[in-house]
Amino acid sequence: MMTAAFTVPKWRLRWFLDLLALTLWSSTVQAAEVALPSLPTDLAAYRIGQSYSGLLIADPTTREMEWDDVANPGMLWVERAQALWEQRDGQAGKACGDCHHAPASLRGAATGYPQVAADGKTLHTLEDRINQCRQQQMQAAPWPYDSDALVAMTTLVKGQSRGLPMAVRIDGPAARWFRRGEQVYQRRIGLMRLSCHDCHVTLEGASLRAEQLSQGQSNGFPTYRLKWQDLGSLQRRFRECNSNIKAEPLPYGDPDYQALELYLAWRGNGLPIETPAVRK
Amino acid sequence: PSVAHADEQVRQPGLVPYLVSGDGIAAPLTTTPGDPQRGQAIVAGRTQGNCLTCHRAPIPNEDFQGQIGPDLRGVGRRLSLARLRLRVVDARRQSPDSVMPPFYRTGDAVQVAPAQAETPLLTAQQVEDVVSYLASLTETSP
Ligand code: HEC
Ligand code: HEC
Ligand code: HEC
Repeated sequence: MMTAAFTVPKWRLRWFLDLLALTLWSSTVQAAEVALPSLPTDLAAYRIGQSYSGLLIADPTTREMEWDDVANPGMLWVERAQALWEQRDGQAGKACGDCHHAPASLRGAATGYPQVAADGKTLHTLEDRINQCRQQQMQAAPWPYDSDALVAMTTLVKGQSRGLPMAVRIDGPAARWFRRGEQVYQRRIGLMRLSCHDCHVTLEGASLRAEQLSQGQSNGFPTYRLKWQDLGSLQRRFRECNSNIKAEPLPYGDPDYQALELYLAWRGNGLPIETPAVRK
Repeated sequence: PSVAHADEQVRQPGLVPYLVSGDGIAAPLTTTPGDPQRGQAIVAGRTQGNCLTCHRAPIPNEDFQGQIGPDLRGVGRRLSLARLRLRVVDARRQSPDSVMPPFYRTGDAVQVAPAQAETPLLTAQQVEDVVSYLASLTETSP
């Protein structure tokens, strides 16, 4: 776990290159305004009752990077998704924008995901919901789970809800998924036999060598991680937390991970959406 | 909570059987005596022991030592060899809720690669190396 060595800040270079690319890109293409609703810069907004965002344990520089859309590397994905938004695809020859107009029309939608799909059984993460539109509305192939396109589109859609409180439901058909998520959260796994609960509840606030443990909240995902030098999905983070304790990561979309997403979203109900968050 | 138990002979897949009496394991797991220097390397190492994630120990050049478990300085005076051995083998026999991982246990791990199901975190010899290092920690200051 804990093998993480944050030595050479390679992200600085990468970030500079990204910024350069962004500058060139926006000067050639008609600068499509990267605009997401702004985030509160009052730290008190990131603590709701017992819950707090991982932003509160982030370095001030990381925090500033998240709050400044010019500095936030995640905005590059938002830009890419804005292009995809208008791009027709699939047998139906439709683009997201044909039906949903501006992305801003989806403001608020992300606060309720994951949620049980219309079939009453399947649990849909926001990624799944986007892919459902690709399949049913556009008759296009679903984007693979951790593909750049899906992570980018998820960021664009969830980013429309920046600042709004997470509000998932765990009653009705979701109750079953919630209970499963809670069990997965408590289960001690891997060769180290640790659970999410051990690290993010029992040890929350303590440090594992250089890393301070937060509550492991999901309100900022997809998140740009300086360590990854990449924007990644929540399930990618699960996979990393799994392998750090010598557990086998589960495949993307595994029912245990789906259930875990609901459980985490519920733990963070009320926290403002921060997507794309920035973390070390 | 601490669990008191009668003597118990423990047999797990791929492991040397051992006898737990009271809150310790009196007999070494191997015939080769533990090597404290190798033990220190395991304690400091980030691939196997990872002990400094949670503990402090008098090992210079290791930054960001842990604060979750007790400081290991002086532990060789506080605890007998038998108790140290049980701690490292499987601390959860004493305290089932402990976050300290069991380092010598197999057979019940979930979500691990099939090839690893019978692999403990440390080998029997490594447990002995770590125990002999811990026993050498008799000073409470640096
Ligand atoms: C042919 C029309 C069509 C296209 C193309 C389309 N959608 Fe949809 N989308 C819908 C309809 C209809 C709904 C259901 C609306 C409702 O439930 O109120 C929906 C719902 C959604 C929702 C859930 C909203 C909520 O409140 O829960 C999301 C998110 C979404 N679409 C994203 C996308 C994205 C991203 C794309 C492109 C990759 C896309 N859609 C393409 C028609 C479309
Ligand atoms: C051995 C300790 C450990 C275990 C077990 C663990 N994590 Fe983590 N997790 C960390 C550390 C360290 C971080 C990075 C610092 C932080 O934000 O807590 C982290 C970060 C996270 C984050 C990102 C938080 C943010 O603000 O971006 C999420 C989400 C998360 N973990 C979820 C989980 C889930 C779900 C599980 C169980 C499947 C789990 N973790 C198990 C140590 C652990
Ligand atoms: C994830 C955290 C964690 C790791 C990793 C860990 N420990 Fe511990 N350890 C603890 C905690 C917490 C305690 C306090 C008692 C308890 O909860 O079991 C403890 C107690 C101990 C004790 C008893 C100390 C005393 O004064 O009573 C010894 C000895 C010990 N650990 C040695 C080790 C060694 C050696 C390693 C590595 C091979 C290690 N620990 C790895 C968390 C950890």
